[in-house]
Amino acid sequence: MAPSIESQFRTCAVTGLKVHLPAQRLILANAVAAVVFLLVGGILALLIGLTRWPAVQLLPADLYYRFVTAHGINMLVFWIVFFEVAGLYFGGAVLLNARLVQPGLAWIAFILMVAGALLTDWIVFAGKADVMFTAYVPMKADPLFYLGIILFAVGAIVAVSLFFATIIVAKAEGRTSGSVPLVTFGLLTAAIIALFTLLAGAITFIPTFFWSLGWIPTFDPGVYRVLFWAFGHPAQQVNLAAMVSVWYALTALTVGATPINEKLSRTAFVLYILFINLGSMHHLLVDPGLSSPNRIFNTSYFMYLAVLGSMIHAFSIPAGVEVAQRAKGYTRGLFEWLKKAPWGDPGFSAAALSFVIFGFLGGTSGVIIGTMQPNINVHNTLRVPGHFHATVVAGTTLAFMGLTYYVIPLIARREIVGKAWAKYQPYIYAMGIILMILGMNFSGMLGIPRRTWDISYAGAPLAVKFPESVYTTLGLVGIGAAIAVLGLLIFVGIAVASLLFGKKRA
Amino acid sequence: MSLKVPERVWWKPLGWQEKVWVTVSLVWCLVLFLMMPLWMAVGKQNNPTETYRVSPARFLETASALIEKYKVGEEKGIPIIRPPRGSDVYLVARMWQWNPILELKKGETYRLHVSSLDLQHGLSIQPLNMNFQVLPGYDYVLTLTPTQAGEYSVICNEYCLIGHHNMTGKIIVRE
Ligand SMILES: [Cu+2]
Repeated sequence: MAPSIESQFRTCAVTGLKVHLPAQRLILANAVAAVVFLLVGGILALLIGLTRWPAVQLLPADLYYRFVTAHGINMLVFWIVFFEVAGLYFGGAVLLNARLVQPGLAWIAFILMVAGALLTDWIVFAGKADVMFTAYVPMKADPLFYLGIILFAVGAIVAVSLFFATIIVAKAEGRTSGSVPLVTFGLLTAAIIALFTLLAGAITFIPTFFWSLGWIPTFDPGVYRVLFWAFGHPAQQVNLAAMVSVWYALTALTVGATPINEKLSRTAFVLYILFINLGSMHHLLVDPGLSSPNRIFNTSYFMYLAVLGSMIHAFSIPAGVEVAQRAKGYTRGLFEWLKKAPWGDPGFSAAALSFVIFGFLGGTSGVIIGTMQPNINVHNTLRVPGHFHATVVAGTTLAFMGLTYYVIPLIARREIVGKAWAKYQPYIYAMGIILMILGMNFSGMLGIPRRTWDISYAGAPLAVKFPESVYTTLGLVGIGAAIAVLGLLIFVGIAVASLLFGKKRA
Repeated sequence: MSLKVPERVWWKPLGWQEKVWVTVSLVWCLVLFLMMPLWMAVGKQNNPTETYRVSPARFLETASALIEKYKVGEEKGIPIIRPPRGSDVYLVARMWQWNPILELKKGETYRLHVSSLDLQHGLSIQPLNMNFQVLPGYDYVLTLTPTQAGEYSVICNEYCLIGHHNMTGKIIVRE
């Protein structure tokens, strides 16, 4: 007979939640894998950033292109998806006081993801896949590159499915009743978007894998772009929904915020599922082969209803913080509640900075460059990475960092080592990112292309001359990247030191 | 609390502040929603849609014939062509060159055909900063009227392997 299921639980002294120990181990394993890939991506970010700074131009051309490829995949896929899987197990099992169904299968998913990630990284660093994150056909990588991504995606699909199953079983076993908590609900929307994102990924990469092996003779580049972005763009919407869930979680953990209206917040998440996916076509606005109605639809369409979802969170989250703070007696004037917020708590400051940078630099720039005429001026310039570093780096990554400061004490049950460093870490990181984003946007406005090693075009037959100011704006990119990576290294240092040497909590 | 199961009935009416915020946001979203087709219809947006299927070999053949016919010079081994006013002009993208150099006349309207012979490329005209995706197999027709004389750089802004940062070209606009 197996031991009683109850022996697999412990009760958290802080939150009172019943934590399923196999789930706890899986959350930790996925979070640790995430941080390892974050470290790899971060070191690459520094090298790339310093290469784009013309005064430094650190790397030779071949390594620059190789490392941009690796940076994109390690950050956008490996770091974020591993962390999201940890988040799903947390939201599915721990928040519902439930058990994670099939921990054995979850470990298989983990192993598949690790194997896929290592295979892809190995091929990329071996120089057999200098194709960028987008891997646009007919540019061809080693078949194992695509196989690695497919393995990773299969593992992720299994993990996402286990999250759904965990919620269903938790209800069936009566471990939770009524509606799921808002954070779990938000993660559920992220998981639903993730499921069709990963399926689109399979539809993209499996034929590409066959094509790279020669089993399929040709692969239309226009079709590939449609398929790839049906995967590539929704993947960022997963990050969006997960990030907003983390904002709700962090404001609850740090100031005890409660959603002011569950109906409103939940409706906003549903708007993401229904409408945000259409954003994929924005990547194709200046492609050949698209009709005028297609472009009109995809620049006006219902995406604005997804924007409405974000506008609702933009209201609900700070309002929740204000209500909680005022209840604590911070009622003087209009803004005492904000002034007396726990700005020294890295969980709070990370959420707040992520919220502000995402909102003002990330979301807005996305709406602007998703319209037809501006898109012609933006396509493939540095404004594009300028946009998505504001969403995925300053937004998602910073929010996930903030949550890590709570995952370590609550799940790993270790005290944070270097609390004084942790206090400043989100600010350092955010400052670097802001400088870098501004540098990228200004450079892009002056025409500087993304993913280009040398903008002096010294080796080109026909000279190209950009205005002198690009040397300043690209310097900003390099300096900003260096500061951000410093913040990233402090974060990784704190996380690793805490996991290894942090005082054990009861 | 966002981390806990909500109370049994959470479907509650919004407060007046929320109603105001949601209404303002929704109205603004609808304004943007309508702006786009409107702008497309009356705003004189650049919106090139004309596209044909073409094999790289066929595209190169057509372009080469025109280069031979209208060549007026060379720069660094790259032909300079002066096509007739208002004609169809061909620009070939390949690793790692834009070919030929085009000499156009200010105020005339041309049909610029652009396609790739190998990988995907990015047609980026500087300092105008106008950017279009170029794919092999697709003949993308951009109707353009130069409005200012001068020399324009053409760069590639879609990564196309190791020589990507050497892929340049030129468009000259004469009075
Ligand atoms: Cu190119």
